[in-house]
Amino acid sequence: MPEGYFGDYFTFGMFAGLVVVLVGGTLLLARLVRPRVDKDEKLSTYECGVDPIGGGWTQSTVRYYIFALLFVIFDVEAVFLFPWATVFEEIGIFAFIEMMIFIAILGLGLVYAWRKKVLEWI
Amino acid sequence: MHQYVFVVIGVLMAIAAVRLVTTKNVVHGALYLLMVLAGAAAIFILLLAEFVGWVQVLLYIGAVVVLLLFGLMLTRAPIGRTALDNQSRALAALVAGAIFAMTSMVLVRAFDGQMIDFSQTLTVRTLGGVLFTKYVLPFEVVSVLLLAALVGAVVLAKRDE
Repeated sequence: MPEGYFGDYFTFGMFAGLVVVLVGGTLLLARLVRPRVDKDEKLSTYECGVDPIGGGWTQSTVRYYIFALLFVIFDVEAVFLFPWATVFEEIGIFAFIEMMIFIAILGLGLVYAWRKKVLEWI
Repeated sequence: MHQYVFVVIGVLMAIAAVRLVTTKNVVHGALYLLMVLAGAAAIFILLLAEFVGWVQVLLYIGAVVVLLLFGLMLTRAPIGRTALDNQSRALAALVAGAIFAMTSMVLVRAFDGQMIDFSQTLTVRTLGGVLFTKYVLPFEVVSVLLLAALVGAVVLAKRDE
């Protein structure tokens, strides 16, 4: 077992637990001392405004999806750059060519998306 | 100690996974999926593969679940059992069982009897070393897979207009 590996996570866990206890405790305390009003008006979106019609779910446009997917794809690419950067000096030019091929193939996709005009926000 | 932590994480993951397929609200389903993936990340960290664990957090929790939520928001609100369920549960159970049996068999056959080296952590450097020498081809294939996903998304977006 490497020295201090789980110790670090244990410290992190202690702090996380403390956060849960503090926030939870504060909310619980507030619940105990505050007055309760059991009325429908209080639970509506605008207590003193126009009553909302229909549900809270709206259909979003497909453009958000494209940007979310582009984010995922280039996030994956960015993650691969980390192990690449650590061994770059050892492997040298071969590693460089490998990564350039990887980026070029993904760049091709970005060019495709660009030419198909899905990156434009109308 | 390792085993107890593993059992706790495993039980939490199993509960979340069952809730994921039985919940009536799809957004809650996505949040249960997040819990399952967080459990997987915790298991990676428990097995000393720290980088893989945090990549799991970054990519699956940070990106894939966000993508899933965007995907859900594209649809009209399908809340309730009838909208989500097409009633062919026997077939679904059969497919799920077959996939489980096959992946377990492949894993057992590939790694049977091997032990994880608990004397050192899996560093990014070790990972990079094997990724860019021994597993170059799978690495390049990943880029083609990502390209396919991108092109598919572009085609879907264009068809909608």
